[in-house]
Amino acid sequence: MSKFKKNKSNELPAISTASLPDIVFMLLFFFMVATVMRQNTLMIENKLPVADQIEKLDKKDLVMYIYAGKPSARYSASAGNQPRIQLNDKFANVSDIKPFILAERASKREELVPFLTTALKVDGQTNMGLVGDIKKELREVQALKINYTTRTGDATDNLKQ
Amino acid sequence: MARRAAPEVNAGSMADIAFLLLIFFLVTTTIETDSGISRKLPPPQEDNVEPPVLKQKNIFVVELNKNNDLLVEEVPMELKDLREAAIKFLDNGGGRGEDACKYCQGAKDPSSSDNPTKAVISLRNNRETNYATYIAVQNELVAAYTTLRDRESNKLFGKSFTQMEKELKDVNYSGSKDKLKEDIKKIQLLFPEKLSEAEPKK
Repeated sequence: MSKFKKNKSNELPAISTASLPDIVFMLLFFFMVATVMRQNTLMIENKLPVADQIEKLDKKDLVMYIYAGKPSARYSASAGNQPRIQLNDKFANVSDIKPFILAERASKREELVPFLTTALKVDGQTNMGLVGDIKKELREVQALKINYTTRTGDATDNLKQ
Repeated sequence: MARRAAPEVNAGSMADIAFLLLIFFLVTTTIETDSGISRKLPPPQEDNVEPPVLKQKNIFVVELNKNNDLLVEEVPMELKDLREAAIKFLDNGGGRGEDACKYCQGAKDPSSSDNPTKAVISLRNNRETNYATYIAVQNELVAAYTTLRDRESNKLFGKSFTQMEKELKDVNYSGSKDKLKEDIKKIQLLFPEKLSEAEPKK
């Protein structure tokens, strides 16, 4: 009829997916940068207690980790169901803590040794006897800076379990 | 020679490759929690050292028994009241003469602590006590000290103690860090963290 009749069809144009790879790459880079590979494979249950008076540990290379808790279901047959200590990738006894600390110290540069902190990652359901034994060992080997690793939250939540 | 146009590389599968990598990193990511309550252990002691003599009223006994019950000065207490009780004890300032405390705002009860620098909180726990309960109690006691330090620091320097500590760690802090360190020391001297832990019984 008229000259100006649109000859475009009424179908919706396809949405361009050309920028999809860009978006995905952006996400990918975020996760690549934010990822911290786990140093140790946990062989114990490790549900940390909560606290709100916390400090952050910034220097990750100056932290020694001591884990403790009940062996997880996979290992309960071989390791029993009493709380155990885990150092690096294996179960350990209280007497193994001293050599562990000394080995960690020896692997660091001498001037950094006074700044070493021991992070205790202990499951909330562990009894204090084990924690007391760990602390006694640490005192004897002069590793006095410790940090009870916790999650952030209200401390009264610890009692509701 | 005839120039041939280079054929375009099909980039349609790029998204698939990127997704594959993305999913790999999503699955392997663990957000590590690396924050907690920092404490300093006392150095090992020789066996024949006499413990220092402390007045009974300057000791605040917090005990956790094997059923995770909290006993403060041999009276049962709820965890939520512990912070308040610890602040009341530390801030009491009942001393006279050279023990007098000028900055305390407490009740000045002569049967409670003389001075925050003299007051000691003694935490005892049983071997059967739950770790989570122990952490909750530690947290409340640290909070009591922090509250008092914040108050004093606000009065003296116009900013809270936690703020000062945060500034000390901040690399972009503009003021003098030496002065900040001194200020923090001053506050720590007013309310020293005297938290003694006895070896668990049994």
